[in-house]
Amino acid sequence: MKTSKTLVGIAAAVALTLTTAACGNGGSDNASSNGDSKTLTYWASNQGTSIQNDKDVLKPELKKFEKKTGIKVNLEVIGWNDLQTRIQTAITSGQAPDVVNIGNTWAASLQATGAFLPFDSANMKAIGGKDKFVETALKTGGAPGKTYTSVPLYGLAYGLYYNKKMFADAGLKPPTSWQELVTDAKKLTNPKKDVHGLALAAGSYTENAHFAFINAAQDGGGWFDSKGQPTFTKAGNISGIKRYLDLMQTDKVAPTSNAQYDNGTKSVNDFANGKAAMVINQNNADNSIRSQGMKPNEYGVVPFPAPTGGQPVASHVAGINLSVFKNTDNKAGALKFVKFMTSKDVQKTLDKPYSALPVLKDGKVTFTSKAKEAKTFQKIYNTMSKPLPLVANEDQFESTVGKAMNKMFAQIATGKSITKSDIKQALSTAQQQVAASSAG
Amino acid sequence: MSVVTKSPDRKVRRRGGAPERRRRKPGWWLPYALLGPAVLFEILVHLIPIVIGVWMSFIKLTKFFIANWGAAPFAGLANFRISLDFSGVLGKSLLNSFLITCAFTVLAVGLSWVLGMAAAVALQKAFKGRAIFRTLFLVPYALPVYTGVIAWKFMLQKDNGAINHLLVDNLHVLGDKPFWLLGDNTFVSIVIVAAWRLWPFAFLMLMAGLQSIPEDLYEAAAIDGAKPFRQWTNVTLPMLRSVNTVVLLVMFLWTFNDFNVPYVLFGTSEPAGGDLISFHIYNTSFLTWNFGLGSAMSVLLVVFLLIVTGAYLILTNRRARRA
Repeated sequence: MKTSKTLVGIAAAVALTLTTAACGNGGSDNASSNGDSKTLTYWASNQGTSIQNDKDVLKPELKKFEKKTGIKVNLEVIGWNDLQTRIQTAITSGQAPDVVNIGNTWAASLQATGAFLPFDSANMKAIGGKDKFVETALKTGGAPGKTYTSVPLYGLAYGLYYNKKMFADAGLKPPTSWQELVTDAKKLTNPKKDVHGLALAAGSYTENAHFAFINAAQDGGGWFDSKGQPTFTKAGNISGIKRYLDLMQTDKVAPTSNAQYDNGTKSVNDFANGKAAMVINQNNADNSIRSQGMKPNEYGVVPFPAPTGGQPVASHVAGINLSVFKNTDNKAGALKFVKFMTSKDVQKTLDKPYSALPVLKDGKVTFTSKAKEAKTFQKIYNTMSKPLPLVANEDQFESTVGKAMNKMFAQIATGKSITKSDIKQALSTAQQQVAASSAG
Repeated sequence: MSVVTKSPDRKVRRRGGAPERRRRKPGWWLPYALLGPAVLFEILVHLIPIVIGVWMSFIKLTKFFIANWGAAPFAGLANFRISLDFSGVLGKSLLNSFLITCAFTVLAVGLSWVLGMAAAVALQKAFKGRAIFRTLFLVPYALPVYTGVIAWKFMLQKDNGAINHLLVDNLHVLGDKPFWLLGDNTFVSIVIVAAWRLWPFAFLMLMAGLQSIPEDLYEAAAIDGAKPFRQWTNVTLPMLRSVNTVVLLVMFLWTFNDFNVPYVLFGTSEPAGGDLISFHIYNTSFLTWNFGLGSAMSVLLVVFLLIVTGAYLILTNRRARRA
């Protein structure tokens, strides 16, 4: 009896130790698999209609890369809502992939962490030289005056999508100024039928931050001074935000329930399903619109209009960049992979399923067969877009101002009214948050 | 462990005298060997992160240093000063979140306890189908948090949620469909969802407690003419005192710290009424990348919870001794 107890105990202890050892082994195996020159880990952002869709799109390309270089790429596709946190955790823990997709608006903030490989002249040369990229796209690679820590991968820009049939039925033409946008949207709004002129992702702080930026830019506002200090309460910022909020508040062309739309897909779906006559979205909306059954000839795209006399800013320079983690054990392989992903052929292949704009100088728009839409988006991207502030605190602008906008939309939706002084108050609070949390 | 060291052959040892006591029993190491991994992992999983967390609260761990923690400058008490400066925006919003959390905790715990008690008492006496009710009542507790709360999130949607459908379209209690996940109503929503999650725990514990109350006491009380309510106040409650002490404390700690429910319900933007403190701290540190400040807030939260727990235990112990 006693011996058997001891035996069981020994067995249990051994089993425990073994499993621990096994865990330890597994861990080091994984670590070393990152370490050799034959593998790479790649975190891709979710660009397609689903994570699975992304895997289906990327796998054949990764196979090609493996065939060419002998380097196997372990792919992980990460949803947009998790990506920033995952990157943050990777930086903090040092347990990072080799190559990663980032939202290009985070480039300067991520650069400030010092966790990414700078594309100095040697590294830039290794990926094919900086001259192959569209200049506006490349400029999102980091703060001005510093060595870029990311290079453009997919180009995106906002456009105003409109439902051709609804416009034709109402005898309207797509708007060319803000005033026309509002008049048209009012005509197309019929709350009884649950149809509105516009659908807004008014509960998404990233979308809201983008529109705060774009509308403020139209009014000559700006968010940071030349020293990188926040200037949130500028008059142009307040009037720009007010104009955007008023779409729901006074113009009533967007339903109050939009305040619960916490990502862009929800508003795009409303557009595709005929519940909204217009939606302002980046060109990758084409994917979702088509997957909801709306045909390409049923919608058109024009630049998001500015008020008469305002600056013709229709978008920020949106898109996805590629970064290499500095602590990669396979720098040469990582650079080869970046070169491959930003090569002409791969770009041409991926731009189509991802509805992305070319980031290469001689690239052609491949995501749409509609020449007019292609031309419109390329015009917006190349000539009517402004990069979001390229400062280390850009991420704080997005979170504090975007969330302030969320709150104001929520207040409007629940029946309160938002005046210019309320906006000024909210922006001043946001600015203090940025100042206080950077000071800590 | 105690079982192994104390039990079977104490007699042998006594008879054997001093020299044998020094000689260790065969297999003396077994309990330590069995405990070893657990202790090791306890240190790894709990103790080290706690120490690191406290250390983080004293350094300036912003995005400029997260890739290289060692380089982060010492901040002294600056992070704590910012958190407790109630005239500044961050301190003010932390205080506000703290007060909301207090109100939320009192309501959610209170509601859970009342429901748990009512259900436990109702199921105290055996009747046909009691097992079915017992199982049914435990469902919210058995469901994974994420699944349960996401279902609530769907139900609480304004336009096509089940709650508004029931209240507005079926029962016509309300004229306009209200928002449940925006603005001030979020407080009501989160209290209800949290209580729904928590009450089966109160039910389970109180039900177990009720089993230990001898039936005679109720019979005696009934003979003395006590009605069910009087029986409950004079027999059930006093007999459940120790169970209640623990149940209320544990529920308080869980609820005050609750992160899952607000996170799943509200995502990354905290609405005014649902700005619970753990969620608030998460947003402060993750969205602004200032982990030093977030840690300082967490340390303050832990200190607060320790003080409350200590005071509560001293108070309940003293009362128990007096009684």
